[in-house]
Amino acid sequence: MAPTAEVLAVRGLSKTFPGVRALDDVDLTLHAGEVHALIGENGAGKSTLIKLLTGVYRPDGGEVVFQGRAVSFATPLEAQKAGISTIYQEVNLIPLLSVARNLFLGREPRNRLGLLDMTRMNQQAEETLRTYGVRVDVRRPLRTLGVGAQQMVALARAVATDARIVIMDEPTSSLEPREVETLFTVIRRLRDAGIAVVYVSHRLDELYAVCDTVTVLRDGRRVHHGDLSRLDRLSLVSTMLGRDLGEVRTEGLTKFTGAHSATDTEPVLEARELTAPHQLHDVSLTIRPGEVVGLGGLLGSGRTETAKAIAGALPTRSGTVTVAGVPLRTGSTPAALRAGISLLPEDRKSEGIVPGLSVRENIALAVLPRLSRFGLVSESRVDAVVDTFIQRLRIKASSPQQKVGELSGGNQQKVLLARWLAMHPKVLLLDEPTRGIDVGAKAEVQKLVDELAADSLGVLLISSDLEELIEGSDRVVVLKDGAVVGELTGSDVTEEKLMRAIAGDAPARDTREEDAADG
Amino acid sequence: MAEAALRTLPFDKNRALQWLHTYGVYAGVGALLVVNSVITPHFLSAENFRTQAVQVAPVIIVALGMALVIGTEGVDLSVGAVMALAASVTALYLGYGLLPALLAVALFAAGVGLANGALVAVIGVQPIVATLALMVGGRGLALVLLPQLKDLRNPALASLGSGDVLGVPYLILIAAGLALLVAFVVRRTTFGRQLLAVGDSRPAAQLAGLPVRRVLIVVYVVSALLAAVAGVLATARLQASDPTSLGNLMELSAITAVVVGGTPLTGGRVNIAGTVAGAVLIQLLTATLIKHDLPPSWTQIAQAVVIVAAVYAARGRGKR
Repeated sequence: MAPTAEVLAVRGLSKTFPGVRALDDVDLTLHAGEVHALIGENGAGKSTLIKLLTGVYRPDGGEVVFQGRAVSFATPLEAQKAGISTIYQEVNLIPLLSVARNLFLGREPRNRLGLLDMTRMNQQAEETLRTYGVRVDVRRPLRTLGVGAQQMVALARAVATDARIVIMDEPTSSLEPREVETLFTVIRRLRDAGIAVVYVSHRLDELYAVCDTVTVLRDGRRVHHGDLSRLDRLSLVSTMLGRDLGEVRTEGLTKFTGAHSATDTEPVLEARELTAPHQLHDVSLTIRPGEVVGLGGLLGSGRTETAKAIAGALPTRSGTVTVAGVPLRTGSTPAALRAGISLLPEDRKSEGIVPGLSVRENIALAVLPRLSRFGLVSESRVDAVVDTFIQRLRIKASSPQQKVGELSGGNQQKVLLARWLAMHPKVLLLDEPTRGIDVGAKAEVQKLVDELAADSLGVLLISSDLEELIEGSDRVVVLKDGAVVGELTGSDVTEEKLMRAIAGDAPARDTREEDAADG
Repeated sequence: MAEAALRTLPFDKNRALQWLHTYGVYAGVGALLVVNSVITPHFLSAENFRTQAVQVAPVIIVALGMALVIGTEGVDLSVGAVMALAASVTALYLGYGLLPALLAVALFAAGVGLANGALVAVIGVQPIVATLALMVGGRGLALVLLPQLKDLRNPALASLGSGDVLGVPYLILIAAGLALLVAFVVRRTTFGRQLLAVGDSRPAAQLAGLPVRRVLIVVYVVSALLAAVAGVLATARLQASDPTSLGNLMELSAITAVVVGGTPLTGGRVNIAGTVAGAVLIQLLTATLIKHDLPPSWTQIAQAVVIVAAVYAARGRGKR
């Protein structure tokens, strides 16, 4: 790539939120006509960086030089007017206005009387959109278009407003493959027009298909930057996850003992070909009693969705779930719970705890009907259950009556574990069970997972912490873009092999490609 | 010195707000009782207390249901219309006797509650919109069934409205009994706990496998049934069915009682004792101003002040 004009130079950008250093001394340079991949795991600082560039947040330190001038945007509108446009996952246009009105919002063509020149506007809109592969009646309300077409309108609008930088935050998450192709064509056209594109995505195929350069963030710092073509997939994944390839560990820092007595008995859980539009494609997996099955993959690969689909919390289009040989009605959490499936959700604060209720009520929440007779709660039986689990999991609360919202993250997580264990589940789905909790609680949770498996519970373990996943699991199923791309068993359960599978290097079965070949 | 005051101020203010939120409504009731016993002639008479209590009983009964609905982060605007509907249906079926009439009222009310609940829980309409529809439609139906005021001469109904046990009117006994029952349901039943969980965090309740839809539907049915009880009792006291004006603005009185009583509109908490006290507070406030010959507009302004104070106190608490 020939050296071209520098559009954006970010130097030493930092941002601190209460208790978190979200972005720490990050540099970023963008040239005209450069497509730049911005990647990192959850909490790496991608969205903070984007929000600082677009005026949503103000930086604590560092400078942003845009087209040769130091800038400090106070609002997203200012950034947009200066020439930095952002295309979010959710389209930020006005759904009830027509496509053409949206495209020309704020700069509508007017006739001699100063009134809107609808004819000219519609005509121009149609011409513009055709170059983006969108052929629709531009007089229709925007919301009648598909998400992909709406995103194209947003993109066309961004370009038409003289954007110098277009930031795309996971633009393909709700697009069909054909629409992705159109998007790439558009991105290449933007590049040729000298516009710099920042492309945020977890889909490696897309990054390699369209990006020239890359910045990898981890824990708020820039850990790598340079040409994307010089970084192979495996190195990219290992950089992103913070794992040195040369580093081979046999014994780690987790509290997992490793081997469980996974026997050749009948599976306690069997999920077959779970499919949900845009989220899951034919995901199948089995868990035997006493086995911990890990679910590996990058962010957005469908790990959480798989767990939710099994627990009936995500509507599926097709697929079956069987628990101990009995088919389960999918799409119903109460049914899944009755069958013995419990899900510890990833988002503890908004989907797990009921913050205003006490520790006691939270632990008893799911099991309550079993501790009641004719709808009347037996307080003594609730107390018995609650006391047992507070002791067994060593939950630290001033009293069982303390509000769960006042506890530390680790203790909240233990309360949720208690809630599910009180149900005596056959299968426990743990989605990031140790994220955001202190070291001590982390070790206790890991130890507990081992104990549960020893009690011949089937466990599904989702973790972004590779070490935890490797050491805690007997088997790891690897997901990519919502499909199973590999499975590691026995001595193959190593960090390196896992990363190869995640990167798509290993000769693993790829159901998506098979589908494409079939079709 | 000013600095020291400033530094300690926020702490004290929070404490004060917390206190106001928890005990303010009871303190208000107490203060009004004390003030009135001094400045209002004949205030401290059994007769006066009976009158006040009989007047506030229907509000309390409706507010009990409203508190449950608000506990699920909803609101029920159709309660006044349900009262009117209860009046109409009572008049229509009273010819068959009191019990069949009450049964018919219960069926109609349950129908309205089911419609509210289905709109909210199954279709996902916002509670304020769903119950607004039933508020308009319910009163319309009441007027279709009985276009104008009708005198009711039924001894059983009359005794329900004006009878008493040892000098305590049935109305008061029924309101008190229902308050105890609802408080018991909130505290001691599976349904009560599930209701609070649904109101506090719907996604968490859903993932915990709670029957979220059923809980919501039952809550709206209970609210409608309680409004129907209030409608029948008010009709019995009037000895006339008045679908045009019975229950007018009752939804607002009930919401006021609930809010003043310390139940947050954000759901997850239901304060039944506070709700009863809230209704009593508004009743006493109104009575005080009326007895001192102040115009009704003063009453409304006084109510507004109480509501703002309650919401302000709740806000301070919510920020904690």
